[in-house]
Amino acid sequence: MPAPVVSIANLRFDWGDAPCLDIAVFELAQNEQVFLYGPSGSGKSTFLNLLAGVLVPRAGELVVLGAALPQLAGAARDRFRADHLGLIFQQFNLIPYLSVLDNVLLPCRFSARRQERAGDPRQAAARLLAHLDLDAALWTRRADALSVGQQQRVAAARALIGAPELIVADEPTSALDADRQDAFLDLLTRECAASGAALVFVSHDRRLAARFTRTLSLPDLNRAGAAP
Amino acid sequence: MTPPLVRLAAQSAWNRRAALSLTVLAVALSVMLLIGVERLREQVRGGFEQSVSGADLIVGARGSPLQLMLYSVFRIGEATHNMQWSSVEALAAHPAVAWTIPVSLGDSHRGYPVLATNHAYFAHFRYGDRRSLALAEGHAFDGVFEAVLGAEAADALGYRLGDRIVLAHGSGESRLADHADKPFTVTGILARTGTPVDNTVHISLAAMEAIHLDWQGGAPIPGMQIPAEYVQKFDLKPKTVTAVIVGLKSRAAVFSVQRWINDFRAEPLMAVLPGVALAQLWQAIGYGEKALLAVSALVVGVGLAGLVAVVLAGLDQRRRELAILRAVGARPRDILTLLTLEGLGLTVIGALLGFVLLTVLSLVATPLVEARFGLSLTTGLPSVHELFLLAGVIITGFVASLLPGWRAYRVSLADGLTPKT
Repeated sequence: MPAPVVSIANLRFDWGDAPCLDIAVFELAQNEQVFLYGPSGSGKSTFLNLLAGVLVPRAGELVVLGAALPQLAGAARDRFRADHLGLIFQQFNLIPYLSVLDNVLLPCRFSARRQERAGDPRQAAARLLAHLDLDAALWTRRADALSVGQQQRVAAARALIGAPELIVADEPTSALDADRQDAFLDLLTRECAASGAALVFVSHDRRLAARFTRTLSLPDLNRAGAAP
Repeated sequence: MTPPLVRLAAQSAWNRRAALSLTVLAVALSVMLLIGVERLREQVRGGFEQSVSGADLIVGARGSPLQLMLYSVFRIGEATHNMQWSSVEALAAHPAVAWTIPVSLGDSHRGYPVLATNHAYFAHFRYGDRRSLALAEGHAFDGVFEAVLGAEAADALGYRLGDRIVLAHGSGESRLADHADKPFTVTGILARTGTPVDNTVHISLAAMEAIHLDWQGGAPIPGMQIPAEYVQKFDLKPKTVTAVIVGLKSRAAVFSVQRWINDFRAEPLMAVLPGVALAQLWQAIGYGEKALLAVSALVVGVGLAGLVAVVLAGLDQRRRELAILRAVGARPRDILTLLTLEGLGLTVIGALLGFVLLTVLSLVATPLVEARFGLSLTTGLPSVHELFLLAGVIITGFVASLLPGWRAYRVSLADGLTPKT
């Protein structure tokens, strides 16, 4: 059995006074696409910051791709994130003044590994953008000239370029209407499957859960209960 | 990972170019002021040093060496006491002396100083890089009432050869005190020198005597008038002169001749080394120069402070941008570099732009400044000294840019992937 992409045991985090996150066990296997139900206030953004290595847990185990993140120095965690993680946020994912193509290429600029795995980064970006249904005419436009739905697809392409092992998406569809949500989810799950990346999809919208391999609820997972 | 950061910083700054260009312009103007003040200072000094280059000593009645120098060479300041013509003759006869140029000052023509001298002036006076005076047209004065104009005096007043001019007594404030009865004919116009010579009206020492024959104590003698036709009947040998410019056969003798003059028996005289007098001058105006430099440095400081303020103010709107960069793998250190690079880059652009503006301004203003002040503005590549000033500005800008850099570093550490705004 291959090693899990993410492995969490007795992870605790607090913002000084009140405990915010306390997770007994969480595992994510390769090729898994997990829907993590997380209403606001359930410690969702803290959890994502921990997964991305921006925050460090106070206690417990957090192993991503065999690396114990809490044991890594800050710069090493930044490098790890650049090399192995693709992140998609709710909105405003893109640097507005860069072109669509430059936005997609950003991870390759910060990570030699992603650049190498992408082969020819510009070709890889073009392929992903095409797969995500973005017309070539848009690629050289400024990112903020695109519609919200288009921007989210560009963000997905950026998360996927250079084939990182883990994609973390934080409510990427909440700014889209229902039709667009479906289309986006189709594209995202398909591309994750194609590149072999594990996907953690966080949302407060349970209706989306159906198309994922597994569904978890952050409030259930988090023994610390409600937190800011 | 520095190259992508440079490019990112440039792209990000370009995106905010409207706000940033104004602060860059402020920095550019302040740098222009700083380098401009410095250049002007050097050019004024250079201009002074260019004005007299062949002379070993300036001799005059005892008094302030600086005043003698300023008055006799630069026509600045008050008249000094005169010295006797017999002293001039004694000086010319000294074995170490190669040549003497006696000069007599005091009158003017429409604001331009009149200098009475003899042909030794055209033969021996040197300016700039030991260049002698040249006549652009006409010839040096021969007759009594003939004048040779400096290039600027001729240009500004529109005189040509053969024109008749009237000299005024003193600096010419009073219309009554002029020498209207004895007009001069312009016989020569000198080529431009870029020194006070350009502003001078030259006449012979005999002419100076002639126009003052019927004068005493600075006013016409009442009831006495000697028409121009009759002046030849008088002895026009000068009785006194203002100063003598002295060239020696050998520079080695300069101190012994100086001592000989300072100990002159017949009347109290002094001999001034032009270089020493100029050094005194620089010392005297050094404080003013330093104050001017300090003020322009302060203006640069204000410009840079404005720049840092604008970069800092923009930071709040860029928290999302910084969070995105963190998400794709930028370290907080990269964020610090990014913001510092922005400030540094803007400072460099401002400094270079300031230099270019100064060069353009100098090119445009050169004809005017040359005509009005006899200064030639230099253009071209910065001097070593100016490079030091530019480097100082850029280093200050870099240090100041660490402030927004450090602030962005703190913000991106606190925000992580989810900015609080």
